[in-house]
Amino acid sequence: MINTKIHDMRMLVIVAILALLAPFILNPFPEGSALAQFNAGYPDLMQRFMIFGIFAIGFNLLFGLTGYLSFGHAAFLGVGSYSVVWMYKLLDYNIAPGLILAVVVSGVFALMIGYVSLRRSGIYFSILTLAFAQMMFAIAYSDLLGRFMGTTLTNGETGLQVYTSDPQYLINDWEAAPHLFGLFEMRSTYTLELGAWSFDFNAGYYLCALILVLMFYISIRIFRSPFGLMLRAVKSNQTRMNYTGLNTRPYMLAVFVISGMYAGLAGGLMASMDPLAGAERMQWTASGEVVLMTILGGAGTLIGPVVGAGFIKYFENIFSKINDSVLHGWFGFLPDSLENAAVWVVEHFVGSGWHLTLGVLFMLIVIFLPGGLVEGGQRVMKVFSKKKPEEEATQSKPAE
Amino acid sequence: MDAIILQILNGLDKGSAYALIALGLTLIFGTLGVVNFAHGALFMIGAFCAVTLSKILTLSYITIDESQTDFLGNPLQVKTPYIEGWFGPEMGASIIDWAVPLAILFSIPIMIAIGFIMERGLIKHFYKRPHADQILVTFGLAIVMQEIIKHYYGANPIPTPAPDVFKGSFDFGTMLGFDPNVIIYPYWRLIYFAFSALIVGAVFAFLQFTTFGMVVRAGMADRETVGLLGINIDKRFTIMFGIAAAVAGLAGVMYAPINSPNYHMGMDFLVLSFVVVVVGGMGSLPGAVAAGFLLGILESFASMNVIKDIFPGIDQIVIYLVAIVILLTRPRGLMGRKGVMED
Repeated sequence: MINTKIHDMRMLVIVAILALLAPFILNPFPEGSALAQFNAGYPDLMQRFMIFGIFAIGFNLLFGLTGYLSFGHAAFLGVGSYSVVWMYKLLDYNIAPGLILAVVVSGVFALMIGYVSLRRSGIYFSILTLAFAQMMFAIAYSDLLGRFMGTTLTNGETGLQVYTSDPQYLINDWEAAPHLFGLFEMRSTYTLELGAWSFDFNAGYYLCALILVLMFYISIRIFRSPFGLMLRAVKSNQTRMNYTGLNTRPYMLAVFVISGMYAGLAGGLMASMDPLAGAERMQWTASGEVVLMTILGGAGTLIGPVVGAGFIKYFENIFSKINDSVLHGWFGFLPDSLENAAVWVVEHFVGSGWHLTLGVLFMLIVIFLPGGLVEGGQRVMKVFSKKKPEEEATQSKPAE
Repeated sequence: MDAIILQILNGLDKGSAYALIALGLTLIFGTLGVVNFAHGALFMIGAFCAVTLSKILTLSYITIDESQTDFLGNPLQVKTPYIEGWFGPEMGASIIDWAVPLAILFSIPIMIAIGFIMERGLIKHFYKRPHADQILVTFGLAIVMQEIIKHYYGANPIPTPAPDVFKGSFDFGTMLGFDPNVIIYPYWRLIYFAFSALIVGAVFAFLQFTTFGMVVRAGMADRETVGLLGINIDKRFTIMFGIAAAVAGLAGVMYAPINSPNYHMGMDFLVLSFVVVVVGGMGSLPGAVAAGFLLGILESFASMNVIKDIFPGIDQIVIYLVAIVILLTRPRGLMGRKGVMED
């Protein structure tokens, strides 16, 4: 047990240090050099790393621990975003009330959806959550609830944003962008020039990073708690749990709500960084994305979802930037015909073809490496260390 | 009364598409026990078979007509499809016009081949894996298929018209004694409905009246025993997968003139088809077909103005609402069998 505790603490410290130093780590190449396109250290992208990390950690609490595959988690993300923007519209640009509301509202939604969906398991559960999420997407996209009540609630396909005509009862003169109690604005960035390098330190990013570390810590505690053990028991054999006279539903509902709150928080942070909320965040492809992240990183492991979120967002950014001329530059050393052939093959996978790469990669992971990148890393380590593998408490069987 | 008939008719074509996709999904689920998230992509590929065939048929060579000039004063370049060159202009033009119906023949071998490759190459390895893994890998496959299509055909919908003969509308009202032009219904949708009824009938007849179908039904009921009797059930299930893929593909081919195909049409239909399968009852073929038509008609009723005035936008969520209510009151769906997917 001591071993696990040290292991967990080590992991937490690693995540914290990585998050702290991300502006350096993600910008390893000097400005203007040929490799600068592999830099990912700009605030917007780093914020997304953290936000999707939180989202994936929350999803993993549900899927990784209990094996219930929800295909509708993006609905909570959207609810969180809308809550924060509504707080901007009603109060002021302070993000704190919005984030609290986001967590509460998404928790309430998760409670309602979970109460219904958790009556069924397996594929039925997936389809029920999918149906709920699509329903909420339809409601948000056409602002059905708002039309029903005779007002605007989600502002339809335009997306919700702050207008000058909004009441904003607590607004001060100096407020123009999301901030935290007036301490700092989310968009304020300090740029450090070091020779040819430049590093951006963004206030919003560090807030996200702090929350991510906190959320990561909470998820460790849940994994190691008796509650987490109970959830894992549900995953391995729910029928047997029921036969022992234990009602698993409250535990399932609790973890579903927690997981929904994580998603709501992530959505809230999204609107905190950029004061907009749109319905497309709730579409089922967005739910699919978080599933991809979690599986790619390693479902059921602590660090997996964070790795997966970072991996997908990083490569999405890098791959989308590569175009034909870059490719021709890379393969320029080959003879012409070979060069064209190589470019022809690779261009399917870069630029707008990034989703194809993602799909192929995802299939390969599911087929050959069900434990995700974390399992891959462990296998590689095993080969190198040749030692008897450490007992890996976070590792568990693929979901049922 | 006329409004009700009109809505029922309007619901039929969408319902037909749901029913055909749901039928294929259920066939795969009932035989192989695999939840196929790539089924919508098969529907989409079917629609793109129609697009491809009409592109192939209109491949053209360019001749220069000296007698005419274009707006720059150069000799006019005339594009003539090869097919018109081979069969003469009239015959060629009518072949091009009939591209979509011809695509039915074109798509069947393609879809069956895709189904075979999918089952033998990928799904086979997932029988013993949990359902979540099956969902995930087929979801990945759906993304891959979708992106390949997007890469070659672009992201915009490609209009694929039906033959000219079917362009007009059929006046149902006069037949039933209403005023003319009250209940009109496009010919192609009528054909789509008839076609899907034919396909559904063919699949059921195949399962019910052939020895092959009998063995497949036996395998659906108890795979192990059939295997012990010395029958190679795997081979038959692979063929059923091919048939299911072909059914989805045909649904797509015929749907192309109704909605111009684009690369994500499959995903849009897939979510609803899953709902249809669940409402109909997982593993029940009649249930899937009945629920498909039922939900299609329900959706078109919900889009009536009378109802929309009371609940704005109800047409977009009614299917999900019904699915939720049905799953909570009749957890096995309308015609679900006991013991299917109840682990």
